[in-house]
Amino acid sequence: MSRLIIETPNRAQMVVEGLYRDLERRIIASPPGLCPVDMAASFLKLCHAQTCGKCVPCRIGLGQLAHMLEEVLDGNATMETIQRIEQTAQVIADSADCAIGFEAANMVLRGVRGFRDDYIEHVTNNRCNSGLTQPVPCVSMCPANVDIPGYIALIHEKRYADAVRLIRKDNPFPTACALVCEHPCEARCRRNMVDDAINICGLKRYAVEQAGEVPVPACAKPTGKRVAVIGGGPGGLTAAYFLSLMGHHVEVFEQRAQLGGMLRYGIPSYRLPREMLDRDIRAILSTGVTVHTNISIGRDRSFSEIEGAFDAVFICIGAHIDKKIGIEGEEGEGVLSAMEMLRENGDGQTRDLSGKRVCVIGGGNVSMDAARSAIRMGADSVSCVYRRRVEDMTALNEEIEEAAAEGCNIIPLQAPVRIELDGSGKVCALWTRPQMIGPVGADGRPRPVNAGEEDRRIPCDLVIVAIGQGIDSSAFAEAGVPTVRGAISALPDSLVKGHPHVFAGGDAVTGPSTVIRAIAAGKVAAANIDSYLGFRHVIDTGVSIPPARLTSVPACGRVNLGSRDFNESRQDFEQVAICMTHEEAMQESSRCLRCDHYGYGIFKGGRQAQW
Amino acid sequence: MVNLTINGKNVRVPEGTTIMDAAASVGISIPSLCYLKGINEIGACRVCCVEVKGEAHMVPSCNNPVKEGMEVLTNSPRARATRRVNVGLILSQHDCRCATCVRSGTCKLQRLANDLGILDTPYAPDLPRTDRHPWPAMFPLQRDPRKCIKCVRCVQVCDKIQSLNIWELTGSGGRTTVDVSLNRRITDADCSLCGQCITHCPTGALRERDDTQHAFDALANPHVTTVVQIAPAVRTAWGEPFGLPPEQADVGRLVTALRQVGFDYIFDTVFSADLTIMEEGSEFLRHFREGKTRIMPLFTSCCPGWVRFLKSQFPEYTPCLSTAKSPQQMFGAVSKSYFAQKAGVDPRSVYSISIMPCLAKKAECSLPTMHDPAYGADVDLVLTTRELDRLLRAEHLPIDRMPPTPPDSPLGTGTGAGAIFGATGGVMEAALRSAYFLATGKNPAPDAFQNVRGMDGWREAEFDLAGDTVRCAVAHGLGNARRLLEALRTGDVHYDFVEVMACPGGCVGGGGQPILGDDQERAADRAAVLYGIDRRAPLRFSHENPEVLTLYRDYLNAPLSEMAEHFLHTDHEGWEMPAAPIRPDLD
Repeated sequence: MSRLIIETPNRAQMVVEGLYRDLERRIIASPPGLCPVDMAASFLKLCHAQTCGKCVPCRIGLGQLAHMLEEVLDGNATMETIQRIEQTAQVIADSADCAIGFEAANMVLRGVRGFRDDYIEHVTNNRCNSGLTQPVPCVSMCPANVDIPGYIALIHEKRYADAVRLIRKDNPFPTACALVCEHPCEARCRRNMVDDAINICGLKRYAVEQAGEVPVPACAKPTGKRVAVIGGGPGGLTAAYFLSLMGHHVEVFEQRAQLGGMLRYGIPSYRLPREMLDRDIRAILSTGVTVHTNISIGRDRSFSEIEGAFDAVFICIGAHIDKKIGIEGEEGEGVLSAMEMLRENGDGQTRDLSGKRVCVIGGGNVSMDAARSAIRMGADSVSCVYRRRVEDMTALNEEIEEAAAEGCNIIPLQAPVRIELDGSGKVCALWTRPQMIGPVGADGRPRPVNAGEEDRRIPCDLVIVAIGQGIDSSAFAEAGVPTVRGAISALPDSLVKGHPHVFAGGDAVTGPSTVIRAIAAGKVAAANIDSYLGFRHVIDTGVSIPPARLTSVPACGRVNLGSRDFNESRQDFEQVAICMTHEEAMQESSRCLRCDHYGYGIFKGGRQAQW
Repeated sequence: MVNLTINGKNVRVPEGTTIMDAAASVGISIPSLCYLKGINEIGACRVCCVEVKGEAHMVPSCNNPVKEGMEVLTNSPRARATRRVNVGLILSQHDCRCATCVRSGTCKLQRLANDLGILDTPYAPDLPRTDRHPWPAMFPLQRDPRKCIKCVRCVQVCDKIQSLNIWELTGSGGRTTVDVSLNRRITDADCSLCGQCITHCPTGALRERDDTQHAFDALANPHVTTVVQIAPAVRTAWGEPFGLPPEQADVGRLVTALRQVGFDYIFDTVFSADLTIMEEGSEFLRHFREGKTRIMPLFTSCCPGWVRFLKSQFPEYTPCLSTAKSPQQMFGAVSKSYFAQKAGVDPRSVYSISIMPCLAKKAECSLPTMHDPAYGADVDLVLTTRELDRLLRAEHLPIDRMPPTPPDSPLGTGTGAGAIFGATGGVMEAALRSAYFLATGKNPAPDAFQNVRGMDGWREAEFDLAGDTVRCAVAHGLGNARRLLEALRTGDVHYDFVEVMACPGGCVGGGGQPILGDDQERAADRAAVLYGIDRRAPLRFSHENPEVLTLYRDYLNAPLSEMAEHFLHTDHEGWEMPAAPIRPDLD
C-alpha cells in the first residue's frame, strides 16, 4: 500500500459542493416577509447537520434547540420554552469546542434576542407577526415600486415606449435611473435561485435608448391649487411631475442655474450624459411645471413667504454641503471638496488639472466620481486614500474596479493625519498613518486600528475631500421647520409636524442616499399632497402587460454591460458603459421568472396598476 | 379563434379561452380544486395541471389561455401522477374523518380523492399540532384549521366580492395557513357574517355554528311552545340537497315536514316581511315628505350582514338605517306578544325558532337590543337552511312523498310583496308598492317597480310618487355596497331610498343556503322562484295582507304607533360593532 495518495473528491462530495452554491444563491433570493423563527429553525437544522458529533453541546444541544424551536412554531411552547432556548443556546455558545457549535448557538441567541416578539407571538397566539405584503421581490425592493416584471416583458415584446410609460407611472426618471440607479431591485431577484439576478438596470437602459423621446400622459383638469417644490433634484422633480399630472399648478424653486440636483451636480457625465438627463427633465417639464432657477430659499426668498403663497409646499433640498475632515492643513490652497469640483463640472466649468498630482480622501461613490473625474481633467496621477480595506469601501464594486482600470491608484489602510503645505500655503503632500484591520464593530464592519508603523508622506498638489455630505436646512429651521442635526424631520408619509401644508423628503430628510430613494420620496409626497388638497387623483397607465410564458427558460448566464476601452474612456467625459445589443436584451429579458404571475404574485400584489 | 389539440382531439376556441374551458368544450373534464371562476384563478392546488408539449413544467389549465398549435395532454402518465400525488399531499394536511364532517357528500376534496380511487392516504398526516388556541365556539362562523386546504377561496371571496378582507394567508413556510387578517381574533374583526366564505369553501373547514341540538332540546321540553318561522329565501333552496326542484320543495311541503318533526306552530316570515313594509314604507314616506331624504337617504335594515357592514365601515351613516327591525325580529316580537296573548300561553314559554338562509341572523337574534323584559329574546334560535336540512335528514322523513299543507294562522299569511324580500331589489319593490298606496290611496300596477329587479351589483331607478321623484338604489354584495357608500360620501350620487343586501343576489344567495359542492351560483335561479311566487300570488301588496291588518286593528294600532315602535323598531346604536381596521394598503 502506498504511503500517500492524492485525495480527489468523490461524486457525492462534488454534488454537495454544487448544492452549497445553489443554497448560497437561494439565500440571496430569500423573499422579504418570511417568519424569522421558522428561518432560525431551518438554519439551525443545517448547522446541526454540520456537527462532527464529538462534543455534547453541539451534538445534543443543537438538536434540542431545534426541537424547542419546532415547539414554538407548532404553538406548543410556553414562555419558559423561550427562556430555556436562550439559556441552552448561551451554554452551547460558551462551551462548544469549535465554531460549528458556538457560532450556531450564537445565531440562535441573536434571533431569540433580536426578534423575541416573534417568538412571543408564536407562543401566546400561535401566529406569526410576519407576512408578505408585496410578493414580487424586485418590485418590493425598489423604493418607488416600479413594475419591473411588467417592463421587462414589454422589452421582450419590443414595446420600448410602453416600457418607458410603465416605468413613468412610478418614476419619471427612466433614463437617469437606467444609467445610475443602484438597482436594489436586483438584490433579491428570484432568478438567483436558478442562475443569477436579471440585469434589470441594463435592460432599462436598452429600453430607454430604443424608445427615444416618449410623450407624457395628459394632465388632469386644473384644480386651481398651487404647490411649491423647493429643490429641483430627482425628488422635487418627481413630486412636481406627478402633482402636475394631477392637475395642480406646480412651481419649482432651484438654487442653482440648472435642474437635476445631484444627478447634474454630483454624478459625472461619463456615467450620466447630460443629454440623457435633460431628456427626463424635458418630459417632466412638458407637464407644465413652472421653474425658478437661481432662487435660494433663505437668501432670495424667505421660506415663510413661500409657505404663505402656496396651498402646499414640498421641501426636497437634498444634501449638498461637504463634511470637513478636520485635519491640519485643510485650509491650504489646493484642498478642495469633491462636491465643489463635481458642481463646477455640472455647470461645465471644468478645471484643468494638467500636471497635478491628486489625492482623493474617502471610499464612497463620490470619491470614485471625484477620482475618475480628476483623471479626465488631466491630472498627472490620482490616488484614492482610504482608512479601511478596499472590500470595506462603500462605493459599488464596479466603480472601484473601473476607477482602478482607468489608472486611479487605490491606497487602502491609510488614515489621513495632516496636509502638508509649502511656504506659500499651497498643498505639497498628504500625510497618512498606516492602519491594520481590526475587530468587527457594532455596525458589523471591521474597524481600522493604528498599525504602529511610521506615518507615510504622499506628495501631491491637490487634495480632494470626499467623506460625506451634510444638509443645509438653516433657512427652514429659522422659519420653524423641525430639524434634527440638520436633517429636516418628516414622517414616513412626508408630513412635517406642526406645518399642516408642508411636506419634506429625500436626502434632506434621510441624509445622503440614492436617486431612487429620492424619487420614491417625491412619489409619496405627491400622493399625500394630493390627498391633503382634497383630491384623490389616480396615476395609472393604459399599458397592457404581455402574458407570462408557460415555463421559464433553463439556467443561462447573466448579460453584464461592457465598458469602453479604459485607456480611451479616461480621456473624456463620454459615457463609459456600453448598452446591451438587441440579442443580449432579448436573451436577458427572457430570463425573467415573472414573479408577478407565478407564485404568490398571481394571488396578491402581483401588480399595482395605479396609485 | 385558436386551434389546438387536447388528447389528440382538434379543438377550436376563441382567443383567451383557458385550457380547462377549451377541454370542457369537447367534453374533456379536467378535475380542479382551488379554482373558482373569476374569483380564485391562482393555480394553487396544482390538481388541474396538464402536460403541454414543448413545455418543461406541468401547466395549470385553470389560468392559462390556449395558444395556437398547442398540444395538450390531460391524461398522460405525467398528468395522472401530478394529480394523484398533489391530491395525496393535500390529504396529508386535511382531517380525513369524513363520517363526522358536515360537508361529507358535498366536499370537493372528498369527491376528488374518491374519483381518483385514493383508498389510502399515502403521506404522513401533517395537521396543526396544537389545540391550545381554539376557535371561539359561540361565534356563528366556525373554522376548523385541520380541514383547511389553504385554497384561499375564502380570502378571495371576502376580498373581491365583499371587500372586507377578513381572511388572509398568514405565516410562511410549511405552517402557512388561513387565519383572520391582521392577527385579529374573529370576535374582534369587522366580519359581516355574510357567510359567503362558507358557501365557497370546498371542504368543511368553514361552517355555521350548529344549533340543531337546541331545536331538539326545545322539542323535548314539555313546557315549551315551539313557534317556527320560515324565511322567504328558504323555500327556494331547502329541497336542493334532497334532489327536489323548488316547485316540489315548496313552503307547503316544508310546513308538513316541520309539523311531522313536532314543532307546535309553523308560520311564515313572509307575514312579517309584509309587516316590515308597513313600518319601513311608512317611515320612508315620512322621511321623504319631511325632506329628510333630500339630505341623507333611508337605508333598508332587513339584512343584518349589511347592518354590521355599515356600522363597522361607515359608522357615520348608521343613523340613515331604517329603525324598523328585520322581518325575523318583528316576527319574534309579535310571536311573543300578540300571538302568545291570542294563543293564551305564557310569552316566556314561547320558543321562537327562525329558519334563515343567513349566518348574520344568528348574531342578530342575540343582540341586546332584540330583547324585551316581558318575554326575553324576540327570537330564541336561528337555524340556517343547511341546519334545517340536517334536522330533516336526522328525522329520515319521506320528504318527496309528503303533501303540502298551509302554515298556521294568525302569522302564516304572506303576500307576493313579502315573498320577494328574499331577492335583491325585493324589499325596495315591495316598499314602493305600498308607499305608492300610502301616498296616493291607490294601488299601482303590481309590476310597476320591476325596474329595480336584476342581478347588476348596483342598480338605480327613479319613480314618480304622487308628483315627486323618488331616487332609489339597490346594491347586493358588500363590495358593491362599499362603492355605493363611497359615492354617496363624495357626493357623486344621491338617493332617497337605498336597499342593500350583503349577499350576492340577496338572501337567495345567502351564506346559510345549501352547498352542493359543484361551485354553481344559484342565486339568480332561486330569485326567479320568488318572483314566480309573487306573480302567482292572490295578494301582491303588503298593505292588503289580512293578518297584518288584523294585527294592527287588534293590537298594534297603526304603523309607527307607540306600540309598533315598541315592538317593531330598534336602536342600531344600541350595540357595538368592531370597527374596520385602518389599512392604508387597501385604500
